[in-house]
Amino acid sequence: MALTPVITAHWDEPDCFTVDGYKKVGGYRAIKKALKMDPDDVINIIKDSGLRGRGGAGFPTGMKWSFVPQNDGHPHYLTVNGDESEPGACKDIPIMMANPQALIEGIIITCWAIRAEHAFVYIRGEVPEPIRRMHAAVADAEAHGFLGENILGSGMNLKLTVTSGAGAYICGEETALLDSLEGRRGQPRLKPPFPAVAGLYSAPTVINNVETITSVPYIIENGVSWYRSMGTDKSPGFKVWAVSGHVNRPGIYEAPLGITMGELLDYAGGIRDGHELKFWLPGGSSVPLLLQDHLDTPMTYEDIAAAGSMLGTGTPMLFDDTTSVVKAITRWLEFYKHESCGKCTPCREGTAWITGSLERFQEGVGRSEDIEGLVELSNHILGRSFCALGDAAATPYEPALKAFRSEFEAARHQPVDEAFPPAATMIIPPETANLAGAAT
Amino acid sequence: MTAQAEGEAADTDLVHAFIDGQPVSVPKGTLIIRAAEQVGVEIPRFCDHPLLDPVAACRQCLVEVEGMPKPQPACALYVSEDMKVKTQDTSTEAEVAQKGVMEFLLANHPLDCPVCDKGGECPLQNQAMTAGRTTSRYTLPKRTFPKPINVSAQVLLDRERCVNCQRCTRFADEIAGDPLIDLMERGAEQQIGIGEEPFDSYFSGNTIQICPVGALTSADYRFKARPFDLVSVPTTCEHCASGCATRTDWRHESVERRYAWEDPAVNEDWNCDKGRFAFKYLSENRLTTPLVREDGQLRKASWPEALRIVAARLAQAGSRSAVVTGGRLSLEDAYAYGRFARTDLGTDNIDFRTRPTSQEEQDFLASRVAGTAGPTYADLEAAPTVLLVGFEPEEESPIVYLRLRKAVRKHGMRVFSIAPFASEGLEKLSGELLATVPGSEAATLRSLPDDVAKELRADGAMILVGERLAQSQGGLSAAVALSEQTGASLAWIPRRAGERGSLDAGAISGLLPGGRPITDAAARQEVAKVWGIEALPETPGLNLAGIIAAIAADEAGAAAAEDSEEEYERSIEALILAGVDVSDVAEPAALQRAIDDAPFVVALDIRPTEVTAAADVVFPVATVAEKSGTFVDWEGRRRPFAITFPETQMFSDATVLSLIADNLDHDPAPRNVPALRAEIEALGAWAGERPDVPQVPAPPASPAGDNQTAVLATWRLLLDLGVTQEGAPYLAATRRPSVARISAATAAGLGIGEGDPVRVGSQTGSITLPVAVTEMPDGIVWVPTNSPDSRVTESLGVGAGATVSLSRPTDLTEGA
Amino acid sequence: MAISEQVRAECRQLMDRYPQDRSALVPMLHLLQSEQGMVTAEGLELCAELLDLSTAEVRAVATFYTMYRLRSQGGEHHIGVCVNTACGLLGGDAIFDALSKRLSVSNGEVTADGRFTLERIECQAACTHSPVVTVDWEYFDQMDIDKMMDVIDKLEAGEEVVATRGPAVRGWRAAEKTIAGIDDGLGYKSDAIDSLMLAGLNQAKERGETAPDPKDF
Repeated sequence: MALTPVITAHWDEPDCFTVDGYKKVGGYRAIKKALKMDPDDVINIIKDSGLRGRGGAGFPTGMKWSFVPQNDGHPHYLTVNGDESEPGACKDIPIMMANPQALIEGIIITCWAIRAEHAFVYIRGEVPEPIRRMHAAVADAEAHGFLGENILGSGMNLKLTVTSGAGAYICGEETALLDSLEGRRGQPRLKPPFPAVAGLYSAPTVINNVETITSVPYIIENGVSWYRSMGTDKSPGFKVWAVSGHVNRPGIYEAPLGITMGELLDYAGGIRDGHELKFWLPGGSSVPLLLQDHLDTPMTYEDIAAAGSMLGTGTPMLFDDTTSVVKAITRWLEFYKHESCGKCTPCREGTAWITGSLERFQEGVGRSEDIEGLVELSNHILGRSFCALGDAAATPYEPALKAFRSEFEAARHQPVDEAFPPAATMIIPPETANLAGAAT
Repeated sequence: MTAQAEGEAADTDLVHAFIDGQPVSVPKGTLIIRAAEQVGVEIPRFCDHPLLDPVAACRQCLVEVEGMPKPQPACALYVSEDMKVKTQDTSTEAEVAQKGVMEFLLANHPLDCPVCDKGGECPLQNQAMTAGRTTSRYTLPKRTFPKPINVSAQVLLDRERCVNCQRCTRFADEIAGDPLIDLMERGAEQQIGIGEEPFDSYFSGNTIQICPVGALTSADYRFKARPFDLVSVPTTCEHCASGCATRTDWRHESVERRYAWEDPAVNEDWNCDKGRFAFKYLSENRLTTPLVREDGQLRKASWPEALRIVAARLAQAGSRSAVVTGGRLSLEDAYAYGRFARTDLGTDNIDFRTRPTSQEEQDFLASRVAGTAGPTYADLEAAPTVLLVGFEPEEESPIVYLRLRKAVRKHGMRVFSIAPFASEGLEKLSGELLATVPGSEAATLRSLPDDVAKELRADGAMILVGERLAQSQGGLSAAVALSEQTGASLAWIPRRAGERGSLDAGAISGLLPGGRPITDAAARQEVAKVWGIEALPETPGLNLAGIIAAIAADEAGAAAAEDSEEEYERSIEALILAGVDVSDVAEPAALQRAIDDAPFVVALDIRPTEVTAAADVVFPVATVAEKSGTFVDWEGRRRPFAITFPETQMFSDATVLSLIADNLDHDPAPRNVPALRAEIEALGAWAGERPDVPQVPAPPASPAGDNQTAVLATWRLLLDLGVTQEGAPYLAATRRPSVARISAATAAGLGIGEGDPVRVGSQTGSITLPVAVTEMPDGIVWVPTNSPDSRVTESLGVGAGATVSLSRPTDLTEGA
Repeated sequence: MAISEQVRAECRQLMDRYPQDRSALVPMLHLLQSEQGMVTAEGLELCAELLDLSTAEVRAVATFYTMYRLRSQGGEHHIGVCVNTACGLLGGDAIFDALSKRLSVSNGEVTADGRFTLERIECQAACTHSPVVTVDWEYFDQMDIDKMMDVIDKLEAGEEVVATRGPAVRGWRAAEKTIAGIDDGLGYKSDAIDSLMLAGLNQAKERGETAPDPKDF
């Protein structure tokens, strides 16, 4: 399957992120089209396009918009989720740095559709570069009259506020994001009410991922059939794939949904020389790992699910045969433990418990009873935690055990660093002897 | 919509579902966990509390709901039509889920139940017995914290016991409006903590009670007792007119703790910290035997001796006696005093109002309050608008405050307050201030902004007046007039627990029990019949001011040695004082003089006071723990309480009075609570004509102060130097600091700023406090009435509305 | 260390961006941290005052997010080493250990001279660029020990160090101000797009692949 640069098509232009640069390559045309349309028609186009949320869950975007009650007398809000923090996910931040104007155009169109006059881009705090660039891009768009009062004479007013987090993965969960944006601890809210009915400041709110909203102007400009000519019926369109790990050419690849990992891996130059693929994750640490056998599976929501994993954020991480699966999933569990918000018991206590037990395996003192016990503990979290973070934390262990049980068995007696020397896993191994010593 | 209409709507709006196969019909909007309770199924829970918003955080209540892919939290899911719920009793999925959560909760929980205050009454302990494993599979190091930390002087936190249910933080935020504790850190490190200030909420003790583990404990009760060694008695809080149901836990003739007890109609599940922690006075510094004065000194005496002396002197004095009771008596005891005065002494000289008061108030109480059943808490909660006049709910009747806050939060009730500034309590009610100089309340009431007046015309609107409105001429008259004009109901909310009962019992001149006017022949007849006497005084006797004046006149008269018959009739030979603190009245010196000058003084009290020290005979009486009885809350609702210490040797006031009556050889008076209640019930409320409402005009506008003078504003804080708070150091440590409030301009005029000392002076003395610059009209100074360094009656000898001097303390030094 | 009137004004400027003032709390804490080198009691009190909150509510928020320092002053430069799987195993662990040894500090600590804070950090959303290190939160992509030692040498020498995707580093407190949303004038100035972000585009161009032409629809 061929690459289809759309969002990324002009990133090699030196001014691709400015209004002028964006307009040069056809930007801010969709907005003119959209603002002449009835907002409901915009929603219908997005519905018809089949665009699905790129934040991980893949919820149909047009449907989400249509849940917002209309003419209810309340202000409506759009909140763009730029809290990209999932291990493996690294596509939204490049988009905000390289194509912020398409995101802003998407925001304008979305706000027109859902009748919002104030939108927010919530960017995780640890990334000043995309934060300052988004601020500059918003100022640029304001200066060109794309934001503010009576945009392009349409009568539409829109204020766009760029705001930042301060270090909390959980704020990628949409209701936690809303709490954070309201100046609170980023802990998820009870649903219902859903944000479309009572979101930010209890007003109807749409929360969409950066990539999702950035896709919108291209769909409006080029049409549903153009969009649907890419991807599959259930997973239509183009997608920004971020390929990382032990590959020769890691980076951003834009291709339709339905491309296989094998094809993407070919673009990415294959697994690093002299090594074999051991396992890979299609879209972030929250999805079950897949193996070599799954390289031919089309990367769609439905096919990856059928293969036992999830498409997630569509940002595959690939690891070669030098990688200890015990160490890899221990790191992910350490991440979930670190990022657990603490609200619910299963996630708060379970992530700490599983992580502690896995760390014993890592050190070569894993407990026999934990090999199966951790499956049970994971199942005490799965489906019982307050939000999906708990489910995500419960995900990595069991598929890893299923595929690589012997590594866990061995880790009852042997530290994983002995079985899998860390230097071999590194891309650029330490050369200085004393520093290599420090590394172990 | 009125509360009633809502109730009707709910009745027709039932949903039908099945819980463990049992059919259940509940109003729409009922949570599964509540519906299950109705069919006797208890779903385990920690974070759930019926009066707090659901959070579904602990996950202990997971149940299986047909058609849903995952177990659902019963505490957060509303019952829908035809829903089929399976709890741990019938669903393996639910049972396994609950056991999993329990295992997680116990993983890091310390095994310190044997030394934990909660042991024996701990939801975690109990549920661990039903849903937990016998041994833990958790073999990693447990989380530990240095223990405990003080979140306030009286609330301690053992963090390792905490299960992060957030009941305490949600209570503080949602119910009390004091978000001074919150979740800190996150994930496994998450814990409860405070910011830069302690958790000094008037309601902090409730968090200890609703903590489902032993994480929050009371500094006062910590390590004192095991719950199963305590005897629990249902009681009513004696500290204010809110009427809280409480539970008193005692052993070894000592009260160990008090809890709020559930009463949905009154205090729901809550009480205030005064009600919870102020009980040491019950056992400390008590009078135990009668005292009689001999050669100028009080000495211990036997009951028969003391009773004989009193009977002899009262027989001489007869109707030239007067009875003054404090505001803390039970209904039965107050009734006994009223009855004793009229039947055994033949006088109507009686008053229970030992506080700044007025004839206007007396007329108001007689015409509008005594013996009536007023608006209720439910009415209050449903009210669209409430106007507070001279009333600070959080300080004076904390449960009224909580109910107002609930209504503000749940349905956006609007609260207006006629006061000199927006108190902390008013701000927590999102209330709107109608800034008023003390003394000008009537003027404000008679010229309300149109929108406020309009709101008061809405169905269910209420006007709440507090005790300090009595000090403001024309205030109560104007409140009555406003109520009549707008249709808003009017409630008088006194501060002390005994005031309403004393009023209804007729412990005030001019009023017989049930609000009967003494001037009404039919009313007198009804009472005389029940009391078994021929006749009652036909004209109102003296109230407290009259009694003081009469004694002062006697003194003057004695000096002149010219007693006319009339003057003889009006003179006071014997003064009976029950639970009176001299400093409670506006002019303590005048009352003290009256006590010193009265020819014969009998004092009944639980503890030695200035009054007992000056009395000729002193009788010790029972505390609320040593007797049963009834308080009447501000609604007019009877709040009976049981005796805590059944073995007590102490006599109630009523019993002592009946013994005096015996010694007078009068007909036996009812001596015990059942007999007193029977009489009170037999009398019931007055159905006849009531006196006219007072029509005191608003006084001419008095100018606010200038740079050297100010109008005094003052009221009592909930936690202050009140005698019933003695012996509770942890409670005292959570008092609000004593400050003097003045406006920025007034402060600037004095050349002082925030935190600088300011001296408030009168002819009798002065108070010096740090300044809190407050948004308020210029020329007013507010100080707390009875707080550390601020005892207004004793120091200034004046009340709210008086003009006082303001100065910098240094000016004083320079001047001297 | 009193908080200046200017910072108060900037706090109010942040509050003006939102329909409700409290929304400014997370950025405000960044701003106060930038001003004071940590979130101080004074900072908590200022937030409480401006937003009409209790300090408990403010502290609850400040302690939830990992970027705020409440216990001690941060160093002049913040060095963050991503140790999540894709970065840590591919080199981040070794880089962290080397830095820890060189700077004689462990996770979260500040060097004795106050120059550096060293921190193990979670995924920086740059896995394509692993191993990732941040200096004052700016991206230093595809790092190894040698490159990192060079960065430290230069920082210690006071020389300019430019991020791989971003500007020359300006110190942690300056970065915190940018993160708070106060304009640093660098928005369009730095080179934020690198070859890895163009990997797919370059492959497409090499192979002559494009998205379908809209004219065909």
